Amino acid sequence: MESSHIAIPEGKPKIQIENLSLFYGPKLVLNNISLVIPENKVTAIIGPSGCGKSSFIRILNRMNDLIPEARVEGQVWIDGENIYDKDVDLVALRKKVGMVFQKPNPFPKSIFDNIAYGLKIGNHRGQAELEQVVERSLRQAALWDEVKDRLHQNALKLSGGQQQRLCIARALAVEPEIILFDEPCSAIDPIATARVEELIHQLKKDYTVVIVTHNMQQAARVSDYTAFLWLGELIEYDRTEKIFTNPANKMTEDYITGRFG
Amino acid sequence: MKSSVKKSRRHFRSQLTQFVGFLALRISVYSVLFMLLYFFYDLGSKGLGAISWEFLSQVPRRGMTEGGILPAIVGTFLVTLITALFAVPLGMAAAIYLNEYARAGRLTRLIRLSIRNLAGVPSIVYGLFGVILFVNILKFGTSILSAGLTLGLLTLPWTITASEEALKSVPDSYREGALALGATKWQMIRTNVLPYSIPGMLTGAVLGLARAAGETAPIMFTGAAFYLPFLPRSFKDQFMALPYHIYIMATQHHAIDKARFLAYGTALVLVAFVVLFNLGAILVRARLRRKWRH
Amino acid sequence: MVSVKKKGVLGDVKESLIKKVFQASGLLAIIVLLGIFALLLYTSIPAFREVSLKEFLTSTGWDPTSPEKPEYGLLSMLASTIMVTLGALLIAFPVGLAVAAYLSDVASPRAREIIKPVVELLAAIPSVVVGFIGITLVGPLIAKTFKLSHGLTALNGSLLLAVMALPTIISISEDSLNAVPVSYVEASLALGANRWQTLVRVKIPAAISGIIASFMLGMGRAIGETMTVLMATGNARAFPHGFLQSVRTLTATIAIELGEVPYYTTHYYALFAIGLVLFIMTFFLNLTADIILEKQKRKLQ
Repeated sequence: MESSHIAIPEGKPKIQIENLSLFYGPKLVLNNISLVIPENKVTAIIGPSGCGKSSFIRILNRMNDLIPEARVEGQVWIDGENIYDKDVDLVALRKKVGMVFQKPNPFPKSIFDNIAYGLKIGNHRGQAELEQVVERSLRQAALWDEVKDRLHQNALKLSGGQQQRLCIARALAVEPEIILFDEPCSAIDPIATARVEELIHQLKKDYTVVIVTHNMQQAARVSDYTAFLWLGELIEYDRTEKIFTNPANKMTEDYITGRFG
Repeated sequence: MKSSVKKSRRHFRSQLTQFVGFLALRISVYSVLFMLLYFFYDLGSKGLGAISWEFLSQVPRRGMTEGGILPAIVGTFLVTLITALFAVPLGMAAAIYLNEYARAGRLTRLIRLSIRNLAGVPSIVYGLFGVILFVNILKFGTSILSAGLTLGLLTLPWTITASEEALKSVPDSYREGALALGATKWQMIRTNVLPYSIPGMLTGAVLGLARAAGETAPIMFTGAAFYLPFLPRSFKDQFMALPYHIYIMATQHHAIDKARFLAYGTALVLVAFVVLFNLGAILVRARLRRKWRH
Repeated sequence: MVSVKKKGVLGDVKESLIKKVFQASGLLAIIVLLGIFALLLYTSIPAFREVSLKEFLTSTGWDPTSPEKPEYGLLSMLASTIMVTLGALLIAFPVGLAVAAYLSDVASPRAREIIKPVVELLAAIPSVVVGFIGITLVGPLIAKTFKLSHGLTALNGSLLLAVMALPTIISISEDSLNAVPVSYVEASLALGANRWQTLVRVKIPAAISGIIASFMLGMGRAIGETMTVLMATGNARAFPHGFLQSVRTLTATIAIELGEVPYYTTHYYALFAIGLVLFIMTFFLNLTADIILEKQKRKLQ
């Protein structure tokens, strides 16, 4: 295989991944991956389906722990702390690293209770503060104007696109530093997709964003850096502009020009 | 010669076999349905005459040839209450363990195997176990408590299975979503799994309890009494129960004509009770299923 | 920049305690099953101080209250139980399989929605009511048909137990038929077989292990059923010779005698020994059915 090209991004590193391998039972899912994800930027993970993108992103908030036979080797440093150390508090980790899922997954509660969920299970706060946080999060997710008059309506009544923005607001409410998006637009329509992309673009002012997508145009539109994964290997990682105009690796070029995947 | 796709004689023969075969299946189904309907019709037509407000609200009189079945209704209710208090929380807890905590392995397999096996233990064997454990060893005597706990053990496999079904119907995305927001496992279960599964759990529990209320063999020797012309005063008392009363009236009573009439009435009350709870639970369950299918 | 390190152990301790509570409830299932076996065994053993195991298992005479020579032979009751059970399955198995096949292959979704709850309802009828029907409805019918003085016979028990075993046989067989992969069915239809041929030659053979398991589970139910046989079979204590005679099963014997027996006598212990025999019989039936079903599940996955 041609040698992979892994750039080191400019700017302050937020996440540093070193020699990371992931196994599901005997099966190797991710093979010896190292890369640095910069702070306050959007980093996209692309690759054909089954290449381990979603598994990769679930490493970063240790959602893979839910799979009984999953085993991780290597280190993942966030702000200088290895999140696979024994003394890591998963609750604190998942508050710090928020996640938005492929399919919008609002809870069958009111809009308000969805957003307040993360706060309510954390330290109890007064109603006034809850209201404040709910409004702030919904505004950040550009959903406030659409729902401000029906905060106590069941969230399942919202449209798919609104549900996904609700899930983004819900993740924002616990004040994370990193937000993971796992193919956030695969289940919503093009107009809603545009709004979510716009939102991701704005979020990077305050957050470090990692997004998994199989849609290369989307990666090109929203991200600053792009990593190309293929069969569990990191093939190329560089500035998005570089990846899409002048990839160093032939396989990357074949993939983004649609020759396979 | 090209083969024809027109219907041939062979085709006709195989169609005929299919017709006859399916007809046999239909006849089987209709005879089962007919039999069930006839049971209900027979019970209903002969039992309805016995049922009156007096029948439901009075104690038996004159050696149970007159009066009502109030003590049996109350007794069955109280026993089922003990059964519920014992089996429903334990069944839910075991189901939570199996569905939320347990990982695939020997222990989990063994627990599941035990549950399925418990469901097949004959009810009279539960009765024997209740006599040894609750009546003798724990010294609860022949009482509502002993009988209720015996039925509780009998019901346990049903409540566990029903509760697990209810937990399984909650989508995994609710669990992942809660964990990703920083919930601990127990917080996730308490706030984002249980609230949506409790209606289903309770529906299953009601079904199990309705069945338990109709059981006779496990209570015969753990607390049910032949004849008590008054209501129980504590959970340590013996009691009359609807199913046992039917057995007594149908087989142990000398005045067959009078007793038979009252036995029909009692059987109708018990069947009506069981059927209503079943239909109710079936309807609720169908609604719950639709709700989660969105 | 928030640290993700643990700030104390309290949270972990609480979570693991909660898990332990739930785990204990799960373990209770194993404990109860073992407990039933252990206590039955423990209470049975004293019986064998006076009665030899050989006599218990091979003698046909059961007369524990005889003042001269008490007899503790199980065989007549065991034969009665097996006879009534097999009679029941002879009826319930073909009918149950037919209903299962109808539900899985013939019925419209609407018909299924009506029939399935009805089958569940059948399972919900208390056994004492079935026994009552045996006394009032089925028994007299048998007496009239065969010109007997009364209808409380093995046949009566078998007919009623068939009703009680039906729901088990139907639901397990139907599950097994439904678990047959669609690809098998499509392959058969594509080869020109019609639906009946597909059912008989492809689906039933593919689901056969589950169907056998349903037979065994139905048998377990029938063997352990008490009230129905107690009320409907007449309870004559002799070795059974035909379906038109009164018989007395293992379960009925316990039900009849446990109420009157003085505690802690050989007779008392012997009744628990009968319970132990019932437990062991149903345990092995259930276990075998379970293993068959698990194997089938793995095969069809």
